[in-house]
Amino acid sequence: MVLNPDSENIGLLKKLYYDMLRIRLVEEKLADWYTSGLIKAPVHLSIGQEAVAVGVMAALSPEDKIVSTHRCHGHYLAKGGNLKKMMAEILGKATGCCKGKGGTMHLFDDSVGHVISAPLVGASIPFAVGIAMASKMKGENKIAVAFFGDGAVEEGVFWESINFASVFKLPVLFVCENNLYATHSPILRRQPYEEIVSRVKSHNIRTFYVNNGNDVLMVLKAAQEAVSETRKFKPCLIEACTYRLREHWGPGEDWHLGYRTREEGDEWLAKCPFKQLRKVFDKGGNLSQLNTDEMEKMIKKEIDEAVKFALESPAPLENELLSEVGG
Amino acid sequence: MTETNERFLAYKDAAAEALLMAMEKDEKVFLIGEGADNIDGIGGHILPAIRKFGPSRILDAPISENGITGFAIGAALDGMRPVLLHHRNDFMLLAMDQMMNQAAVLRYASGGRHRIPLTILSLVARRPGEGVQHSHSLQSVFAHFPGIKVGMPACAVDAKGMLLSAIFSDDPTIILEHKHPTLYDKKEYVPEQYYETPFYSKIVTLGQDITIVTVSINLLNALDVQWELKTKGIFPEIIDLRWLRPLDINPIVRSVIKTGRLLVIDTGWKMYGVSSEIIAQVCENAHTFLKFPPRRITIPDVPCPASQFLEKHYHPSAQDIVKTVREMV
Repeated sequence: MVLNPDSENIGLLKKLYYDMLRIRLVEEKLADWYTSGLIKAPVHLSIGQEAVAVGVMAALSPEDKIVSTHRCHGHYLAKGGNLKKMMAEILGKATGCCKGKGGTMHLFDDSVGHVISAPLVGASIPFAVGIAMASKMKGENKIAVAFFGDGAVEEGVFWESINFASVFKLPVLFVCENNLYATHSPILRRQPYEEIVSRVKSHNIRTFYVNNGNDVLMVLKAAQEAVSETRKFKPCLIEACTYRLREHWGPGEDWHLGYRTREEGDEWLAKCPFKQLRKVFDKGGNLSQLNTDEMEKMIKKEIDEAVKFALESPAPLENELLSEVGG
Repeated sequence: MTETNERFLAYKDAAAEALLMAMEKDEKVFLIGEGADNIDGIGGHILPAIRKFGPSRILDAPISENGITGFAIGAALDGMRPVLLHHRNDFMLLAMDQMMNQAAVLRYASGGRHRIPLTILSLVARRPGEGVQHSHSLQSVFAHFPGIKVGMPACAVDAKGMLLSAIFSDDPTIILEHKHPTLYDKKEYVPEQYYETPFYSKIVTLGQDITIVTVSINLLNALDVQWELKTKGIFPEIIDLRWLRPLDINPIVRSVIKTGRLLVIDTGWKMYGVSSEIIAQVCENAHTFLKFPPRRITIPDVPCPASQFLEKHYHPSAQDIVKTVREMV
């Protein structure tokens, strides 16, 4: 297990920081776009939650598959999804990953194993179970990972999924990003306990509880063990506690709504994923090696290129309206 | 027994043959359903596939209709051709999210990049005592959604061919069989080879006085009364709809242009139903040719009672057809 920035794993630690920063900067660009009126869709930003996506993805192999939700930008980017196609999709352009027909909540990039995203709460969880089932039937070694929030745990299909995965011993990893709120409803108004794993354990699912899901190294540690178990056909669930810093959807903050307190937000801001990882470098006396300015420059260059691509891309032709319907 | 007689198969056995052939043809085909490997194989329906392929490709699922639909979609996204089985179509309402919010739209939402070759096989379980839920015939609910194909075979040949069309279609396809013994056990010659039934309606009987469009088992009643009508000088053109979506309306419109009269017979309800859609499309395309207002025969606008004394009045009968046709012609 890699935790300290010694010479062996400094590259990995830098990559974790880079991947989180890439998500943060892309989503800040999206917030700008939204504010300026470019985006005509509800964007669900994952600002504050980057460590879960990056930590889990770092434990996966490229051939492993993931499914995501309405809050899918971070998963898409962490799995290696194409940024240009993402930005074009969010603007509704023909060059987007869904040719503009899916939008911000349906991002996917098959070429890197992000199979699908779907916004209905819990709805994509069984897809991961099915991918794992197909994988096992075909004798493949890949695993499937379902990302979802704490709200999805209230859906019947979540329990149907963990029951099935357990009974059929499927190589599927469930990752619950517990950010304590379903839109504006706090978890204790919806569920008997703030933690979820103890209710899942009874299904003979191995569980991992990460009480600070903003610590990417804690997430990675849990994910490495969970992925290794899952690959042996022992389905696992990781609950990573984290916090959404922006609105449920939209570019800004929403402390004024009063459903959560600024103090609570400040506690989580203190657990900022970037600050925490920087501390690890600092502790090891390697802070000088974490050149965040250089990282920022590289990412901004990639973003600028993607922005240019998306803005210059053509809109879908009108006849696309009626194409690829099926049925 | 001659070679030919051996090929006289019951509707249910023709469907069973289709499933077996599909699994032999393509190892990506598997079946999942609640009680799928039960000892009676859904009334003998899937026993041949169970005997040949066993539990590795016939999966007995927990009682999780929405979940197993999602698992099947996931497997389809990973290159499989799942067949999902529900013993009765009322169970399918529990899976509406996965069927309609997901499977039906994923191809469109991905700009055509996701294909969901999922077959959902279920039954209209019309038998005495099945009652207000198990007797449902919900085809028009399912056919409302773009992105889904819906078919209802009305003969053994189509029970085989339509199921093969469904399994090897790249879109989610619902096949609703009809379990009433007059159809489910009805035998006819079924070709031995592999074939798919095209997504077209079928003109079963040529006539010139009235167009009768039937859905599912109603074809049998219409065929039963055609001789009685002919002795009265009325020659009906009978069209078996077969597929509700895609809806092959052109042969129906052409027929009505010829006959000037349209009667639609459905196993479902009247309001917002299959018959509403067919009549609307005929009126949009050929209203000037109509010599008489279109009529429809459906189940009454109430749930199906369990009592045999009430249920016997519930379903359209052959004599309902004779009576209606004679009023129209």
